[in-house]
Amino acid sequence: MSLFIENLSVHHGAIHAVNNVSFKVEKGQLAALIGANGAGKTTLLRTLSGLNKATHGKAHWNETNLLHEKPEQLVRHGVSHVSEGKSVIPELTVKENLEIGALWRRNKKEMVVSLNEVVELFPRLGERLEQRADTLSGGERQMLALGRSLMSKPQLLLLDEPSLGLAPLVVEQIFQSIKDLTSSMGITVLLVEQNAMGALKIADIGIVLNLGSIAVTGDASALIADPQVRAAYLGY
Amino acid sequence: MHKLKATNATRLLGFILLGLFLFYLSNTVDELRVYQGATVAMYVIAISSIILLTGYSGQVSLGHGALLAIGGYGAALVRNNFNAPIWIAFIAAILLAAFWGALLGATAARLSGPYLAGTTLALAVGLPSIANQFKFLGGEQGLIFDIGLPPAWLGQTFSQYKWFFWIAALTALIAMWWLQNLLRSGYGRTWRAVRTQSVAAELAGINIARSKILAFTLSAGLAGLAGAVLSMTISTVSPGAFPLSLSFALATGAVLSGVTTLGGVIIGSVTLVAIPEIADVVAHQVGASENATTNLPGLMVSGLLIVAVLFVPNGPVEQLKKKRSK
Amino acid sequence: MFQLLNTFLIGITAGSIYSLMAISMVLVWRSTRVVNFAQAGLAMLSTYFGYEIIHRFDSYWIALPVAMIAGALVAAGIELIFMRLLLKHSSQGAIASIAPIIATLGLLGLIKSIIGYFWGNQDVIIESPLSNVGFTIGTQTLALSPMKTFIIAAVVFMVLVLTFIFQRTNLGLALRASAYAPEISRLAGIKVDLVRTVGWALAGAAGGAAGMLQTANGNGALSPDSLEFSLLLAFGFIAAVIGGLDSLIGAVIGALLLGLVLAFVLTYVGGSLVFITAFVLLLVVLLIRPGGLISQKAGRRA
Ligand SMILES: Nc1ncnc2c1ncn2[C@@H]1O[C@H](COP(=O)(O)OP(=O)(O)OP(=O)(O)O)[C@@H](O)[C@H]1O
Ligand SMILES: [Mg+2]
Repeated sequence: MSLFIENLSVHHGAIHAVNNVSFKVEKGQLAALIGANGAGKTTLLRTLSGLNKATHGKAHWNETNLLHEKPEQLVRHGVSHVSEGKSVIPELTVKENLEIGALWRRNKKEMVVSLNEVVELFPRLGERLEQRADTLSGGERQMLALGRSLMSKPQLLLLDEPSLGLAPLVVEQIFQSIKDLTSSMGITVLLVEQNAMGALKIADIGIVLNLGSIAVTGDASALIADPQVRAAYLGY
Repeated sequence: MHKLKATNATRLLGFILLGLFLFYLSNTVDELRVYQGATVAMYVIAISSIILLTGYSGQVSLGHGALLAIGGYGAALVRNNFNAPIWIAFIAAILLAAFWGALLGATAARLSGPYLAGTTLALAVGLPSIANQFKFLGGEQGLIFDIGLPPAWLGQTFSQYKWFFWIAALTALIAMWWLQNLLRSGYGRTWRAVRTQSVAAELAGINIARSKILAFTLSAGLAGLAGAVLSMTISTVSPGAFPLSLSFALATGAVLSGVTTLGGVIIGSVTLVAIPEIADVVAHQVGASENATTNLPGLMVSGLLIVAVLFVPNGPVEQLKKKRSK
Repeated sequence: MFQLLNTFLIGITAGSIYSLMAISMVLVWRSTRVVNFAQAGLAMLSTYFGYEIIHRFDSYWIALPVAMIAGALVAAGIELIFMRLLLKHSSQGAIASIAPIIATLGLLGLIKSIIGYFWGNQDVIIESPLSNVGFTIGTQTLALSPMKTFIIAAVVFMVLVLTFIFQRTNLGLALRASAYAPEISRLAGIKVDLVRTVGWALAGAAGGAAGMLQTANGNGALSPDSLEFSLLLAFGFIAAVIGGLDSLIGAVIGALLLGLVLAFVLTYVGGSLVFITAFVLLLVVLLIRPGGLISQKAGRRA
C-alpha cells in the first residue's frame, strides 16, 4: 500500500513543468511537497488526480494506475484532491458542498453518517450548514474543502496549499487538524505547501521540487536540519 | 522563406485589377449569373461587417438583418423623398445604420456573449415589423426603391441587372478596400488586443468600451450599406426582405468565410448564393421526391455549417495558412 | 375590466409555454454553457413524434409524454455525439464565442430539413384534445378554455417537478454542482459528462412539452416553417435571457413577464409593435441588470 511515482514528466505545451520525478510515500505517511512558485507542484498533483495528462512515467496508488483514470473514477479508488485556492462552490450551501463529496457512493444513509462525522470534526461548519459557501471566511472555506474531501472517504489525500491566504494562527490550526485527522484515520497525504517550515513540521517525509525536478528528499526532520535546505527553501 | 510585403500601392492595384476582371466577367456570363453576382457583392459587404464585429472586436450579433433593414429603408426614403442620386442614398444608408449601431453598441458594450446574442436576436425579430406601425414606411408592402435605368451612354443593350451588378461590385470593392486598411491600422490591432486579452488591454490603457462601440458602429454602417445594395437588387424594401433567417444566413456566411480574416469573405458569399442552385441540380440529377427537393438546400447549408464549425472552425483561409506553415 | 382580465389570461397562458422553452434553454446553458438554438427544432421534432402517435393511437394524452421522452432522447443523443465534438474542436480563439451558437443554428436548420423530408412542408394538424372555447360568465366569454386551463396546470406541474428534482434530489445537486464548477465536481467524484447529458435530456423533455402545448394552444397547425416555433425560439430565448440564463425561477419569471407585457401591448397598443416590445423589454432589463433579473453573482467573493 503506497503511492509510487517513477520518472514522471508532464508538459504544458513546450513548458516542461514536471521533469522525471520519482518518489514513494508509504501508507499512512504524510509527505510534504515543497518548492518555489512555478516549481511544478500543482501540475504534479493535478496529474496524480487525473486532471492533467502525463507525458511519460508511472504513478500508482496501490494497484490503481493514476495516469489512466479520470478524476471522478479516481475518487472511487480512494484518491481525493483538494485543489489550489479554497476549492468550494460558492453558489451552493455549506451542506450541499459537503454532500457532493459523497454523491458517488449513492447511499443516503452513509452520506448522513459522513456528514455528521465531518460536522463533529469542524463544528464551525456545523453551525453554518444552510449558509451559502460564499459567506464563509477564508479559513472556513478551507475547512469546507477539506471536509468535502473527507466525505468521499479518501485513502490518499492530495492537498494543494491549504494555507494559502490564511492568517498564521489559522494556518497552524489547519495544519494541526490535517495531521490529527489523517493519522487517526490512517490516510496517506501528499501536502503541497509554500509554507515549507509549517508543512515539514507535521510531515513524515519531505520532497523538494525545483524547476520541475526533485532537488532533495528525505525525512522531514532531516530536511529541517539540513543547512542547505534551510538556506534555500526555509529562508533562514 | 522570403515574404513579399504587400504595400498599400500594390494592394490598391490588386483591387483595381479585381475590379477590371469583374467588369470583364459581367460581359461574358448570362443575366442570371450577373444578378447572382450582385447578390454575392451584397453578401461580401454584409459578411465582412460581421467579421469586423465578431472576428476583430469579439462581439456577437444575431441581428445584423435588422441593421440591413435600417440601411435599406434609409436609402429608399432618401431616394424617394429627395430624389437623391444613388450614391447619396447609399451614404444615407451607412450613416443611418451607423447611428443606430452606435446606440446599440453602447448597450452591447455592457453585455457579454449570450446576453448580447439575445439582445441582437430580439432586435432582428422586432425591428422589421415596426414598418407596419408607421405609414411613411409603407407597411407590409414596404417602399419602392428604384435607382432608375442605366445611363444611356452604356448603350441600348446594357441590362438593368448588369447595372445592379456594376454598382454592387464597385460598392463592395470600395468597402473592402476601406475595411482592409482599417483592419491593418492601429484600430485593427486594438480590437484584436481587446478580443484576445481584455484585461491586458485594459491595463495597457485601451478604453475597451469605446473600442467596442466603435467596432459596432462601423460594422453597422457596413451592414446598412449591404441593406441598401440588397434593396436595390430587389427594387423594394419591405419587412419580409429581412427575416430572421437573413441574420442567421449572414452568421453562417461569416463562419464559412472564417471569422478571423477578411481573406475568405468571398468564399462564404459565393457559397450562400450557390448552394440553392447546386442543391437544385443535385436533386434533379437523382430524381428526388418533392420533399427531398425542397429540403435539400437547407440540408446542405446546415450540414456544411456544422462541418465547418467542427472541422475548420477558423475558416478555410486560416486552415490553409496553418497547413503551409507546418 | 373584462378585457383586462382576458388580456391577463392570454398573457399567462402564452408566458407559461414560453417558460417551458426558457427552462429548456436554461438547462442546456447551465450544463454546457451553450445557448442552444436547436432547442426549438428539437421541440418541433418531438411534436412531430407526438403527431405520429396521435395519428396511430388517436390520443393526445399518450402523445404528450411520448413527445417528451422523444425530446429527451434526441437531446441526449445530440449532446453525446455533437456537443462533445464541438467543445473539443472549437473552444479556442474568436470562434469560441460564436461557434456553439452557429453550430446549434446549423443543427436547427438540419432538423427542419429532416422534418421537411419526412413529413413534408405543408401543415399537419394536431387537434386540441380539450375544448378551446372559453368559459362564459353571463354573456361574456373568458379567454380561458379547458385547454388553456390544462396548459397552465401542466406547466405549473412540470415546473414543480423540475424544482423538486433540482432542489431536493441528489441528481439535482449533481446538476447544479456540475454547472457551477465542473472541475471541483469532478474531483468530488461526480460524473460531470454524464450529468451534462442528463441536463440536455431534461431540456429536451421540457422542449417537447412546450412544442406539444404551443401547437394545441394555437390553431393546431404544425409545419417545419411554422411561425409558432419561431416565436417559441425567439421568445423562449429572450425570456431566458431576461431571467438571467442561469436560474430556473428566473426563466419562469422572465417568461411570464414577457407573456404579460406582449399580451397587453397586443390588446391595447397594436399587433405590429409586439415584437419590438420584446426587444425593448429585454433592453431595459439588461440595462438595469446586465446579467438578467436573477443573476447568481451575489454574496461574498474572494
Ligand atoms: N495550464 C497551463 N498552461 C501553461 N503553462 C502552465 C499551466 N499550468 C502551469 N503552467 C506552468 O507550469 C509551471 C509549473 O506550474 P505549477 O502551477 O505546477 O507551479 P506550482 O509549483 O504549483 O507554483 P505555485 O507555488 O506558484 O502554485 C509554471 O511554469 C507554470 O507557468
Ligand atoms: Mg501551485
